Amino acid sequence: MPLELEVTPFHYSQVNKIIREHISKGEREFVLRGVNGHRYLFAGVSAEVSAVIYGTPGLDLGAFMRGPVIRVFGSVQDGAGNTMDHGKIIVHGMAGDVIGYAMRGGKIHIFGDVGYRVGIHMKAYMDKVPVIIIGGKAGDFLGEYMAGGIIILLGMNTIYPERPIAGLFLGTGMHGGAIYIRGKVRENQLGLGLKPYALDSDDEKLLESYLKEYCDDFGLDISEILKEDFIKIIPYTHRPYGKLYAY
Amino acid sequence: MWNIYLRAKEISGCGISGIIHRKGELIPGEMIIKSICCQYERGNGLGAGFAAYGIYPEFKDFYALHVMGQCRESLERVEEFLHKRTYVSFQEPIPTRRVKTIKNPPLFKRYFVRPKFEGEIVEAEDGQSEDDFMVNLVMEINEKISGAYVISSGKNMGVFKGVGFPDEIAEFFRIDEYQAYIWTAHNRFPTNTPGWWGGAHPFTLLDWSIVHNGEISSYGTNKRYLELFGYKCTLLTDTEVVAYILDLLIRRHGLPLELACKVMAPPFWIEIDEMDEEDRELYTALRMVYGGAVLNGPFAILFAYNGGLVGLNDRVKLRPLVVANKGDLYVMGSEEAAIRTILPDPERVWAPKAGEPVIVEMEEATIPNQKSYLKVRPKEEREDALRIGSYPLSLFTSK
Amino acid sequence: MSTPIFANFHPDFYVERLWDKCIKCKRCIRECTYGVHIWDEKKKTLKEDHTKCVGCHRCSAMCPTNALIIRRHPSDFREHALWTPWFIKNIYKQADQGGVLLTSTGCALPYKNYFDHLVIDACQVTNPPIDPLREPMELRTFIGPKPEAVEVEEVNGRFRLKKKLPPVIRIEVPIMFAGMSYGAISLHVHQGLARAARDLGTLYNTGEGGLHASLYEYGANTIVQCASGRFGLHIDYLNAGVAIEIKIGQGAKPGIGGHLPGEKVTEEISKTRMIPVGSDALSPAPHHDIYSIEDLRGLIFALKEATEYKKLVFVKIAAVHNVAAIASGIVRAGADAVVIDGLKGGTGASPTMFRDNIGIPIELAISAVDKRLREEGIRHRTSIIASGGIRCSADVVKAIALGADAVYIGTAALIACGCTMCQRCHTGKCPWGIATNNPELMKRLPPEVAYEKIYNLVKGWAHEIKEMLGAMGINSIESLKGNRDKLRAVGLTREEMEILEVKHAGE
Repeated sequence: MPLELEVTPFHYSQVNKIIREHISKGEREFVLRGVNGHRYLFAGVSAEVSAVIYGTPGLDLGAFMRGPVIRVFGSVQDGAGNTMDHGKIIVHGMAGDVIGYAMRGGKIHIFGDVGYRVGIHMKAYMDKVPVIIIGGKAGDFLGEYMAGGIIILLGMNTIYPERPIAGLFLGTGMHGGAIYIRGKVRENQLGLGLKPYALDSDDEKLLESYLKEYCDDFGLDISEILKEDFIKIIPYTHRPYGKLYAY
Repeated sequence: MWNIYLRAKEISGCGISGIIHRKGELIPGEMIIKSICCQYERGNGLGAGFAAYGIYPEFKDFYALHVMGQCRESLERVEEFLHKRTYVSFQEPIPTRRVKTIKNPPLFKRYFVRPKFEGEIVEAEDGQSEDDFMVNLVMEINEKISGAYVISSGKNMGVFKGVGFPDEIAEFFRIDEYQAYIWTAHNRFPTNTPGWWGGAHPFTLLDWSIVHNGEISSYGTNKRYLELFGYKCTLLTDTEVVAYILDLLIRRHGLPLELACKVMAPPFWIEIDEMDEEDRELYTALRMVYGGAVLNGPFAILFAYNGGLVGLNDRVKLRPLVVANKGDLYVMGSEEAAIRTILPDPERVWAPKAGEPVIVEMEEATIPNQKSYLKVRPKEEREDALRIGSYPLSLFTSK
Repeated sequence: MSTPIFANFHPDFYVERLWDKCIKCKRCIRECTYGVHIWDEKKKTLKEDHTKCVGCHRCSAMCPTNALIIRRHPSDFREHALWTPWFIKNIYKQADQGGVLLTSTGCALPYKNYFDHLVIDACQVTNPPIDPLREPMELRTFIGPKPEAVEVEEVNGRFRLKKKLPPVIRIEVPIMFAGMSYGAISLHVHQGLARAARDLGTLYNTGEGGLHASLYEYGANTIVQCASGRFGLHIDYLNAGVAIEIKIGQGAKPGIGGHLPGEKVTEEISKTRMIPVGSDALSPAPHHDIYSIEDLRGLIFALKEATEYKKLVFVKIAAVHNVAAIASGIVRAGADAVVIDGLKGGTGASPTMFRDNIGIPIELAISAVDKRLREEGIRHRTSIIASGGIRCSADVVKAIALGADAVYIGTAALIACGCTMCQRCHTGKCPWGIATNNPELMKRLPPEVAYEKIYNLVKGWAHEIKEMLGAMGINSIESLKGNRDKLRAVGLTREEMEILEVKHAGE
């Protein structure tokens, strides 16, 4: 039986304290109801636990966390998954700005749209590869400064039919990792020097495995997603600003 | 015109004496004169003074203002001001004698007053205590009425001080005619000569009076610290900061007197590190929070209030202090000779440890309006917006 | 015809070889990382490429026969007060390469150094100087928030604290080591700093490049840094030290982020930072989760929540025009200490224009910040840590008298390790093994040597501070804090003295 908490009357630091206390006592499953603007939930929690959140968590959901799997029935605000290390955030609504900032590992699955500067400065080392999958559309600067990791942008479950799938300066300054986009983007949307590539068979295999998990999370049909072709954006150099300086 | 707001900080060496009777028996002025004059060599004729407690029993519930005036008009302005802001029960010139060596002394008068809160004439804030009212009143007179200066303002006590050797000042103010249950006295050796009577000791704030020997090297830090709490150190004397620190720690923060002394002369870290946990936490907290109130540098001070006399040394004993008693009579001074001259056969004579206060309070219910500071008292209400645990967002103001 | 490289026509330094001493052992070739010394196989002799010399003095120091002298290049330009060789050569470089001028260390322009216009007081007669050799002299300092008043209660005739104080950090000497990242400086220097901090009872700062596994044992003396690049930042790292420093900016380059050139991103660095080998580690100019002061509060409390309020959070900013108002906002946002890094603050890589032209001197900043926090009644809620251009213990004393609680030193610690201020840290070729993680070069400075030199330096400074306190007649550092009475100005304007709140000498 998961531990059910009605958190409306509590300050976020109290909620986190309660959660930590129960984790230390061995509790592994949590259900949080009445969440509205509570900041930093599960921030810095280092444990293999799971949580279901009903409501709208505030800033920095799961920041620095290592391990928790959080499913949110609602939207998440800015900074979700900030510098997250391991674990997973599944969002049934949409997400704000700067999601997965400097993410080092784990996954963020978002059903709907995301704001600006999502997945910026993501990192990776060897097999520690963070992944963000966005069901809807994304604002400007998606994957800015990326040094590693994977962003997959589907553009399907959107409330903004009039907008392009991604904003401007896509992947600007990226020097590692990859961004996969279902459909097309105009080249002038891309950060300086970047080009879209077609997928090779390795890419397709990789994409399929990530998308399968995504579809499982939301009960979606993967064949529907794969009906359209993807493009891939990768850095043209690992040193995009190497020629900037006079020594 | 007196230059009250001196440009440079005063520097002076000194001798000090203090006497208290724990049962409130009255001590003739003759005694304190003898004691301080025995330390004649410690001064240079540029300042001396006396504080006496219990000298106005007939006006015991009134604030006794000793006012010094440069001329008749300045005293008239003070009177006008006092009649507007206070009930003046009685007033008279402070009796003086002619002393050959004292040329052109200022005029001295005393007024026995009570704060006038009601009416439209003054804006008295709700809850403002009589003491606060008087402190503000005194500061206002000193700041705004040129040529006038309040020397003391406590109840049933008064300060007599001026430029001269202690025997001259005693003669001038007829100290021999007073009897008090606490006396302190000061013999001053200033290195600069502003030559004004207000610069002599004792220094007072309400019924606190302080005589001080030494120079406080931490003056700059203390001054800035006190400014945080609204004290303006305008007189540029070390002694002034002592008075304000006592007021802050004891009256406003509610610390017991011993701990206030420990703030001013803190134990060393090597001592604190050896204490048991409870004391270690306490003394660490005192040093951490009140670092700005540490009196660093050489000092021996005597401070008195309605009910007690305290002697305190700096923590490395850079200034002398000797204490003696016989029965209920306690005498403190810079030199043992100053004690023996009036108490030839004391029961006990000792030199207090550096930084250890000697606190002599009168027996309970001995005198009117008696005060005791040996207990913890409720801290003055003030919102310290400390953060961890509860952070009302209203505290956060974005620029 | 190929395009001439103008910069190469006018070398900065001249390598003079004393042929009567040279034994052609080729040590100079092995020592120089810039390729200045060359073996001419045909003529069986040594020659020099002066254009490559950076003036680091490694070769002359290591030459077994003292056969090398490094001088400024004697060939001069015609004198011109405005167009000095510095500007001329910079223009050549940019005309040759078309880039942003990059350099290292702190501001090299001769702005007025206020420390050099402040003199310290000493006792003569009216109060006694104290002898620190034989009498107690206390430097212990607490970093962090303190309440305004202590609440005491009486239990069984004893006084005790009614409410425990919030956590603070105790340091035994008011000198800490500034953030210098693993990557910018070698692992060995990090190890030396950490050990020195432990033995001195003070703190060192990881900088923004993460923390090597070998350094976790020094946690009680560690400040971990959280900069905009978030390199090597994970929950164990946040929990590793006693404080977390959010680096908003630094004095050497206010307004831009950290910069570790790809040359210095080795395999080990790549692993810690989780970025590709050889890529430039460019931290964004802003933290992208902080676009405003309320966002700073957001990050401060994200870090506090993540570490369960066990760590203090410092916020480091560059001293800029509005530093006082910014510092006030930082304190109100919940920072336990404000670090102010002045114009002269150093770096391992900065655009030259930033290093030399942006920011304000630390002395003025300390005074302004201390004043503002006092006026607002929030001074006790934070500590002020001053950094940038602290060169000697007198600078430390002056900084504290101006209102700082403690200082950071960076460049001074590196000079203690042998740095000759050649200002080429960004090349990754540091011939002294300090600002490099090249495995071969690192060996030139073993961690034990770094430790010993840094430890000795601070030990010496601490004693000097005690001597100066003693001379002023005070025996604990808290009586120096904000004590403007102990400073006098020499050669400052009224306005400068007003900002510093000091009187002129003679007053």
